[in-house]
Amino acid sequence: MITVIKPGLLTTVQDLGRPGYQQFGIVVGGALDRISTRVANMILGNDANAAVLEMAQTGPELRFENETVVAWCGADFDARIGNEPMPRDRPVRVGAGETLTFGFARSGLRAWLAVAGGIDVPLVMGSRSTYRRAGIGGHEGRPLLVGDTLAVCAPGERSAHLLGSLRTTGRRVASWTVRPQTLGGTFVEGTMRAMPGPEWDWFTPESQKAFFSAEWRATNEADRMGVRLVGPVLELSQPREMISSAVNTGIVQVPPSGQPIILLPSRQSVGGYPRLAALAAVDVGRFTQLRPGDNVRFQKITLPTAHELHLARERDLALIRMGLGRVMG
Amino acid sequence: MQITPLGDTALMLGFGDVIDESVRRRVHVAWQVLQAAPLPAVTELVPAYTTVTLFYDPMMAVQEGAPETGIVEWLTAKVRERLKNPPKTEKSKPRSVEIPICYGGEFGPDLGQVAKHAKLSPEEVIKRHGKADYIVYMIGFAPGFPYLGGLPKELNTPRHAKPRMNVAPGSVGIAGNQTGIYPLGTPGGWNLIGRTPLKLFVPDRDPPVLLCAGDGVRFRTISSEEFAKLEASK
Repeated sequence: MITVIKPGLLTTVQDLGRPGYQQFGIVVGGALDRISTRVANMILGNDANAAVLEMAQTGPELRFENETVVAWCGADFDARIGNEPMPRDRPVRVGAGETLTFGFARSGLRAWLAVAGGIDVPLVMGSRSTYRRAGIGGHEGRPLLVGDTLAVCAPGERSAHLLGSLRTTGRRVASWTVRPQTLGGTFVEGTMRAMPGPEWDWFTPESQKAFFSAEWRATNEADRMGVRLVGPVLELSQPREMISSAVNTGIVQVPPSGQPIILLPSRQSVGGYPRLAALAAVDVGRFTQLRPGDNVRFQKITLPTAHELHLARERDLALIRMGLGRVMG
Repeated sequence: MQITPLGDTALMLGFGDVIDESVRRRVHVAWQVLQAAPLPAVTELVPAYTTVTLFYDPMMAVQEGAPETGIVEWLTAKVRERLKNPPKTEKSKPRSVEIPICYGGEFGPDLGQVAKHAKLSPEEVIKRHGKADYIVYMIGFAPGFPYLGGLPKELNTPRHAKPRMNVAPGSVGIAGNQTGIYPLGTPGGWNLIGRTPLKLFVPDRDPPVLLCAGDGVRFRTISSEEFAKLEASK
């Protein structure tokens, strides 16, 4: 069991989301960075879809009632057990009664903390993800509060083995690490890859050019549904009303203000604003690390290139899963 | 049928550029056909006014035989093949759902405004809204929120320039030529004319929503006493 001593700014239980219900107007949601979540779980030998804790800006302080092993991926949070700093991207043993404290994110914005076995909250429509607007899923359908207690699912064989080997070698932290950022090849810091969206042709040539050449700034109008950017005003060639249609995570929609909104996993299922562009799925997780005031650029790629990046990363993940299978027996 | 990518994990199938019954029917038929026999690598289908959007997993597509540099072409061919000879009509008769509604008063704070805009009396607005046949074009905005087509033309009312911060669950509203029902307490800019005691979103039921795309809807006018009775019994 885990007791929440301090909840942090916005800590929620998330897994890989609630797909299959968009036809009913129910958001997919889930962890904002699926790759960090999958890797954190993979490090522990958990199912990829095991529930994790997502934290933002200031992390939680958590007391573990039982000895276990945890791992987190994402932003570089100042994490400690007692005064001892704890690294990300690798297994960390937490003793019974010990407190794991996450401070501020030193770079980036969010991280995903996996616990051996996964956080045990009831499945709602096939998912443990917190769906705040509907008040369902996760821990009582809301972010964590002081004094909450979280149950943990029984760890699998691999997690138990991992904990056992850390204990017998007297180690707190494993010697190996998996960095989710390095999977699937290189990228340019501060640049997100994107492709034209369904209403690309509705925009003026100047606006099309501006989207891919300007420097954009993330605003504080940002949540798990989307992030508004400021930069040049994007304009339609002529006034046009769009008929509402499905949207996707990573879609760049442009409301009448001309300032784009990038949609994140807790986006609505449908929208009525012209969809200028779409982030490559591989860059959505990176995008969710932007803080208000951070600058970002977009690099134009083709759809086959986006797929190539996606496949390359999935193959890297599969290789690492195999490698970890050996490490953990 | 027009097929357009929606990012690198979805394809949008377009069936027209206007909101009308014939486009809606084609959307619905395509949705039914694709649902009955799911295509490989397709993870989710989302129908809207003029489109069905199909979400897919690129890695699954490759594992199912798609060429790595031609995933969209491979999937597009499969979609076109599957929808080559669509049935002329919807497979099953649309479900018809009756929604009890209490018009006006505290439940419909904008009834007067709709009446004024339509140059009708509030009683006449209630009569015309209550006896029309509606059809669910799309579910969206919030869990189980139905966008209903079939609003009598004279009741068209533009939405509020400034949305309300919190609309009570069950509120029935009008925006332009559409009418809809708020399942949750959410912000909203529609003109509220009444309220239903029915729950439109029930997470532990399957399906978790009262209305689905393609359902027929009729309203039944109830008194505030009946509203209270129905609400207490649920």
